[in-house]
Amino acid sequence: MSSTGTGLRAAAAAGGKPGTVAGKDVAARPRDTASTQGRDTRDGWLFLLPYLVLFTVFVIVPAVFGLWISLHDYDYTLPEKPFVGLDNYTGLLTGDSPFAAPFWSGMQATAIFTLASVPLLLVLPLAVALAMNLRFRGRNFFRAMYFAPYVLGVAVVAVLWRYLLDTNIGLVNSYLDAVGLSGAIPWLTQLPWAWVSLVGVTLWWTLGFNTVIYLAALQDISPELYEAARMDGATAVQRFRNVTLPGLRPVLLFITSVTIIASVNMFGQSYLMTQGGPGQDTRTAIYQIAETGLTSFNSGVASAMSLIFTVFLAAVSVAVFYVFRDRDAR
Amino acid sequence: MSTVAAPRTPPTPRTAQSPEPARRGTSSRRVVLYVLLVVLTLVFISPLIYMLTTSFKTTAGAAASTPQWIPDDPTLQAYESILGTSGTPVVRWLVNSLLAATLQTLVILVTASMAGYALARVEFRGKKIVFGVIIATLFIPPVILLIPNYLIVGRLGWLDTLAAVVLPGAAGAFGVFFLRQFFLGLPKELEEAAFIDGATRWRTFRQIILPLSRPALVTLAMLSFLTNWNDFLWPVYVLFSPENQTLPAGLSTLQNANAVRYDLLMAGAVIASAPVLLLYVAAQRYIVEGVGRAGLKG
Repeated sequence: MSSTGTGLRAAAAAGGKPGTVAGKDVAARPRDTASTQGRDTRDGWLFLLPYLVLFTVFVIVPAVFGLWISLHDYDYTLPEKPFVGLDNYTGLLTGDSPFAAPFWSGMQATAIFTLASVPLLLVLPLAVALAMNLRFRGRNFFRAMYFAPYVLGVAVVAVLWRYLLDTNIGLVNSYLDAVGLSGAIPWLTQLPWAWVSLVGVTLWWTLGFNTVIYLAALQDISPELYEAARMDGATAVQRFRNVTLPGLRPVLLFITSVTIIASVNMFGQSYLMTQGGPGQDTRTAIYQIAETGLTSFNSGVASAMSLIFTVFLAAVSVAVFYVFRDRDAR
Repeated sequence: MSTVAAPRTPPTPRTAQSPEPARRGTSSRRVVLYVLLVVLTLVFISPLIYMLTTSFKTTAGAAASTPQWIPDDPTLQAYESILGTSGTPVVRWLVNSLLAATLQTLVILVTASMAGYALARVEFRGKKIVFGVIIATLFIPPVILLIPNYLIVGRLGWLDTLAAVVLPGAAGAFGVFFLRQFFLGLPKELEEAAFIDGATRWRTFRQIILPLSRPALVTLAMLSFLTNWNDFLWPVYVLFSPENQTLPAGLSTLQNANAVRYDLLMAGAVIASAPVLLLYVAAQRYIVEGVGRAGLKG
């Protein structure tokens, strides 16, 4: 290992000069023969093999298996798993299935949460990022502070806020009391407060993530553009509309998609903070799918639910892409 | 208006710091800015401080209706109670979480770097198809795989074991895609020189590619560790025994106990967040800038 190792490192060090390396002509490399191609094919698959094993067992097989399960009355605790065709789907779509009502209630909860959280998660981080984009001392410190909650897991975040939002002993209500507002708000046990809490906590948790992405994009906009705009007498609002927003467009598509995907997959906040309540009002689609498939073991119905959920998500994604498509492209 | 012709942003040279110069930033504006920044900092950080101080309260202190930021009589009672041998096996959860996150990170680093290298640098038959399939799965919502993976893990006999929270999660395509992109950006000359010296693929990969890729590997390692450490839905359903929980899943069982004891919950939350917060403090730049870059590429 030692001799070739140093040789390689020397070659690596000399690699800055293209054309010749260590006195040898690069064009003469023996890499185009049939045997090299054969070796490349072998090497390529060998390098891929470890990942492909995992990928096949835990991504490809389950993707196909999930489809197959959804066509069966699949309960793994029972010996018989009869084929039922599209019954799981039609039962959910027509409302005939006893699982239909809880499923659509979950879909509705997910829709409410997404519609309430995504606009806030797109606008507020942009405002913070614009402030952070000014030149001032301690920028990186503040950026690090705002991002900090994001590195925590949903379990810590939800457990912490369940305590802070407790109706009787929570910090939030005690401060509301202290400033003279009614301090007995049932943050986690009644609507609409439960939604306010779930959205607010999610905002607290993930605002820093979107801010950091906006900020990187803002810093990528050339200062000359602002300079030129200013020389042309553009106001701050005009600069925002004509320099900042166009410069952010590529990242807007990314951030919108990522935020929507995160919101439609909401589970932990509701599971831990409201237990899906009051009643089942904040039990999201993911929560419902997991309970149906993994607690009641109705795997067939739960798989059908997850595929219907995916169709909805795909439709939303197409709509988002359509909204953010490059209108100037000809 | 028409003079501000900027909607087609030309490719700009990336300057290290190019914020809009706050040239008209008078001192009073500056004060307003700093007040806002500090208020926001309090919003994000004070709940964490309250979590920490509550973990040193007595059970009664944690349940007091007037909040105490600094406990009257600080005590280690909550930690003694959850870390002691008699009560909840939080030490086991900590070990399980550390093992799961570390093992999964290692599996991802090894498999994703090899696969990413093959897809970035090796020309072989079937490469386009494999790459297309792998990339396509980035767009599959994870919930599609939830039920079937549970059944597969059950069939493998892995329910309620460490393997269940290590291996399925390592199969995601993100790491492969991330490292492939990084490898594509490395200069080819170094590898070609190595091949001329008679080095094999494996040797080139180990001794040239991997050392050059340290920043990308560190970023991926940290993202993988954080993701696994914080993962919640999957461990909640695939782990059942009290001693086999990871910290997040275990916390949820603490919370579901009949009488919620917030001193215990906050101590558990501190233990679950300490490693990631320390990692964050140590590697803040890697994490924050890695996230920012992800956005620019998207």
